[in-house]
Amino acid sequence: MTLTLHDATFALLALLTLGAALGVVLARNIVHSAFLLVLTFLGVAGLFLTLDAGFLGLVQVLVYGGAISVLVVFAVMLLMSEQAGQTNPPGASRFTRWAGGVGAVALALALGAAVCTTAWEPGSGPRPEAVAELARLMLGDYVVPFEAAAVLLLLAVVGAIILAKGEDGR
Amino acid sequence: MEELILDIGRWLVSGLQGLGLSAAWADLVLLLVQWGCIVGIVTANVIVLIWLERKVSGFIQQRLGPNRLGPYGVFQTVADAMKLMTKEDIIPSGADRTLFVLAPMLFIIVAVMLYVVLPMGRDMAIVDLNVGLFYFISVGSLSTICLLMAGWGSHNKWSLLGAMRSVAQMVSYEIPLAFSLLGVVMIVGSLNLGDIVAAQQRVWFVLLQPVAFVVFFVAATAELNRGPFDMPEAEQELTAGAFTEYTGMRWALFFLAEYTNLVAVSALASTLFLGGWQGPLLPSWLWIIVKTYLVMLVFMWLRWTFPRIRMDHLMSLSWKVLIPVSLANIVVTGAGLELFRAMGW
Repeated sequence: MTLTLHDATFALLALLTLGAALGVVLARNIVHSAFLLVLTFLGVAGLFLTLDAGFLGLVQVLVYGGAISVLVVFAVMLLMSEQAGQTNPPGASRFTRWAGGVGAVALALALGAAVCTTAWEPGSGPRPEAVAELARLMLGDYVVPFEAAAVLLLLAVVGAIILAKGEDGR
Repeated sequence: MEELILDIGRWLVSGLQGLGLSAAWADLVLLLVQWGCIVGIVTANVIVLIWLERKVSGFIQQRLGPNRLGPYGVFQTVADAMKLMTKEDIIPSGADRTLFVLAPMLFIIVAVMLYVVLPMGRDMAIVDLNVGLFYFISVGSLSTICLLMAGWGSHNKWSLLGAMRSVAQMVSYEIPLAFSLLGVVMIVGSLNLGDIVAAQQRVWFVLLQPVAFVVFFVAATAELNRGPFDMPEAEQELTAGAFTEYTGMRWALFFLAEYTNLVAVSALASTLFLGGWQGPLLPSWLWIIVKTYLVMLVFMWLRWTFPRIRMDHLMSLSWKVLIPVSLANIVVTGAGLELFRAMGW
């Protein structure tokens, strides 16, 4: 098996994603962690793109890279009170660190085992266009759950506004 | 003339293959050359744009504008660029160095990434992406993060306030911007910018979607942080917003990126609403340049005509006027499309 351009792209993106994710955990400054989290999101978006899932990748960029991350960074900045350099200290006790490490390794092993034991069948025939297919599913077959989710989100927005304004808001 | 630039590309690929490169690698090199050319032209063009902006503002305010260096002061921005390049690179001692240094670089990278999908002539998009329009919107949304990095990294209250303002503004105006484009997408039935241009063979979308065009224009002005919506940099209150602590080339990168974004959004406006590269007589790549420049002149005209509006007015304009109007536009467009389809049009 020779190394193709596709493999090289995948390796680069995987390294970037994993490196940034490690940085989120290891950075001592929580603002750096937040920005590294953005990089992780973008790395995942890149992985989507290498899998020919362009639309999903761009949704990942727009929603996670452009919107959620702004929210995370805002929250971190507004709630930060201590010295920037010590806002993201490593776990307090030795026990939590070990428990976290063992848990992470166990999860990785379980996922790896799942990946290895699944029989992957490469799809055959022409792929339907992703955007059109998604639209058909969301606004056709699954329109009720889709609308229910929309109503739920609307309620959340209204609730957030009421909470922010206070009970007797003008 | 029409095929001139495409011919250069073909000649390059065949030349590279003659040198023993495989077809895939030759295409990759061509991709990089195309992107490099567009980025080079667009960033060098900023020198012209800044001169033009100063001349237009001078004309509107009944002054002369730059007039010392060269005829009509055309070499003024060249001299300014030289000055910026030789200035001392100052990083404030309290700054978060990593974020401070990275922010301008990422900002310009995001700005030039927009050009990948824009069709700059017949068959002249660098990558003919089937979700091109969506790519433009989502990559464009990344610039907020860079502004936040700059504002936070500078360790200065004006920088942070300016960054917060611009992020709030850009997040709010992204919504009407995206919604206003949906009308066009519904008519064409595709997110591919090439298809959208091709669909305007007979009639430009500015005539079919006038409301969407106006909403897009207002939202784009806010998204570009240009006057009358230049709250984030409001000189009188925030010195220069997120860019306060930047000097020399680092500051110039922000400036460069802002004008690069201006060109990109103007090119998008002409692609979506003004028929793109289609037009009589002139070759297609010249048409898009002419249209882009006209749109940019309107942006400049607006900037120097209207006074800056207040921050809360700005937000209520987006949430209470533009978003409902763009939503109504989507509904009306959808109903109209169904009506025409029912009539067998």
